[in-house]
Amino acid sequence: MGLTFAEKLLALKAGRDSVQPGQIVEVSPDVAMSHDNAGLVIRQFAQIGVKKVWDPSKIVIPLDHRVPAESTKTANAHKSIRAFVKEQEIASFYDIREGVCHQVLVEKGHILPGMLALGTDSHTTSYGCVGAFGTGIGATEMAAVWATGKIWLRVPESIRVQVNGNFPEMVFPKDFILYLVGKLGAEGANYCSVEFQGPAIANMGIPGRFTICNLSMEMGAKNAVVPVDRVTAEFLEGLGVGSGTAFYPDPDASYAREEVCNISKLAPQVACPHAVDNVKPVEELGGTRIDQAVLGSCTNGRIEDLKEAASVMAGRRVHPDVRMLVVPASKSVLLEGIRTGIITTLVEAGAVLVNPGCGPCLGAHEGILADGEVCIASTNRNFKGRMGSSTSEVYLASPATVAASAVMGRITDPRKVK
Amino acid sequence: MDTAKGRVWVLGDNVDTDVIYPGKYLPIIVPEEMALHALEGIDPQFPSRLKHGDIIVAGSNFGCGSSREQAATCLKAAGVAAVVAGSYSRIFFRNALNQGLALVESKECRTRVKEGDTITIDFGRGKILLSDGDISFESLAPFLMQILEAGGLIEHTKKKIAGGK
Repeated sequence: MGLTFAEKLLALKAGRDSVQPGQIVEVSPDVAMSHDNAGLVIRQFAQIGVKKVWDPSKIVIPLDHRVPAESTKTANAHKSIRAFVKEQEIASFYDIREGVCHQVLVEKGHILPGMLALGTDSHTTSYGCVGAFGTGIGATEMAAVWATGKIWLRVPESIRVQVNGNFPEMVFPKDFILYLVGKLGAEGANYCSVEFQGPAIANMGIPGRFTICNLSMEMGAKNAVVPVDRVTAEFLEGLGVGSGTAFYPDPDASYAREEVCNISKLAPQVACPHAVDNVKPVEELGGTRIDQAVLGSCTNGRIEDLKEAASVMAGRRVHPDVRMLVVPASKSVLLEGIRTGIITTLVEAGAVLVNPGCGPCLGAHEGILADGEVCIASTNRNFKGRMGSSTSEVYLASPATVAASAVMGRITDPRKVK
Repeated sequence: MDTAKGRVWVLGDNVDTDVIYPGKYLPIIVPEEMALHALEGIDPQFPSRLKHGDIIVAGSNFGCGSSREQAATCLKAAGVAAVVAGSYSRIFFRNALNQGLALVESKECRTRVKEGDTITIDFGRGKILLSDGDISFESLAPFLMQILEAGGLIEHTKKKIAGGK
C-alpha cells in the first residue's frame, strides 16, 4: 500500500520503512518555533530541570504577538526570552522588529521541504506552503521538546483536496480556503493531514499556498501541504537556502476523504460571526455596516495582499465611519510596501499603519473592538470576543473584500467596486 | 486516578479556546491566575462559579482554535476534575493531558445530563455513572494514561529523564 505525504515524512523521521494512521511514532523536529509564548515555555522548561536545550540551532523565536510590549507582564516575558536565548546560544532570535512568526520563518528560509516543524502556534500548519509538515503544540509540550529533542505523534489520516479551474477576477486563495472550511466544517479535517493538489494549486504562488495551509487549521487539520514544484524551487532558490527533501504521496496512497473543487465560478466568501466555518458568499451579506477593517496577519499580510487592497482602493478613501488598520506581516513586507508606494496609497486613503506583528488579530492590542462593533478582517479567527468586546463581531474575508468594505463602510463585494 | 465525582456544567459544540481563555489574558503564566478567567468568554461569572471537582460535559470539537495551553491549564487550576466531550480538537487534547486534566470521549453523555447533575467517572472501568444508568467509554492509550497519572508532561518527562530513557 502506498503512503501519503504525512505517512512518508513521519516514517522517515521515525526511522521506519512505513507507518499507518493511528500509529504512534517518536520523532525529532527539524525546527521548534516559539514566539511571545516562549515566556511560558521557559517557565515550564525550568521545571523539567534540564540545563541546556537539546539543539539551539533548531530553535527559532520571533516576538510577534504583543510587540512592542503592551503590558509589564509581556515586557517581563520578552525580557526573560532575551536572557534565555543569550544563555542558550539560540541564534535565530528575532526581536520585536521583524514580524509575524510564520511569515518570518518562511521568508528567512528556516523552513525547507521535508522538514518536521513544530511551533507554539496553531497556524504552524502554514509551512506546508513549502512542502514541510508543520503543526502546532502547547507551551509545556514545547518545553519537553526543548529538553529532550523528541515528541510523540500519532500518524494522522490524510485528506486529498483536488482543486481545478482558475480564479475569477477579484476571487483569491483566501476565498477558496474559506469556502473549503465552510464546506468541511470546523471539525471536517480534525486531526487529518490535508494534501492540496491540482492545476489551481499549481498555478498558485507561495503567498496563496501559505494562506490555504494557514487557514486549514480552522477545519482542524493536523498539517496541510502543497506539493513541492517549480514554484517552490524558484522561491527557495531566491532565498539561497537549499532545496530540502520533497515528499510526494504514492499513487496508491489511501485517503480518509477526497474532495474535488472547481473554483472557476467561486464568488468572494465571508466567514460570519462567530465561527470560521460559518461561511457565506459575499452577496448574501446585504451590506452589513462595519466599524473597523483589518488588513494583515500570517493569513493575509503579505505584499501581494497589500497590493490587492491598494488596487481596490486606488483613487478612493476609507469611509469616514471606518477605522482601517494595515498590519504588514513582516519588516520586509513593510519596507517593500514603502518602496513600491503601496503603503503610501493605503495611508493616504485613510488607513492606519500598524507595526508588523499579530496586532489586533487575537485581541491583544492595536485595534480592540468596542461593545457592539463590527470588523471585517483578512485574519484567521472570528470567535466570540476574539478581537475585543464579547458583543463585537468579526467577519473574515480576502484583502480585496476587506478593502472594498473599508471604502464603502459596509461589507462589499470587491467585484462591485473595481 | 481512579474516579472523579462532580457537579456537571453542560456546554455545546465547538467550544473554542478564545471563549475558554480570552487572548487578552495570554501574558499570564501562573496557573492560579489563569483560573480566574476560565470560561470567561462564555460567561463573565463562570470563573467564580466553577468549583473544585466540577465536570465539564460538552459536544463535539471541544477546545478548537488556538494552541494556547492556558485553555487547558485554567480549567485544571480552577479545579475541573475532567472534561467529557463528544470529540476534541487535537492540540487541546494534547494540552489537557500535558496539564494532567483528565479527558473522556463520549458523544452520548451530553444528551443524558443537565447542568447541576452529579456524575461519577470511573476511569479504571471506562464508565460514566449517571443517576439513570451507565455510559461506557474507551479508555485512553496506556502511554497517555501514564502522562495523566504522572500529573502531566513535566512530571512525566522528569521521570523519563531520571529513568535514563
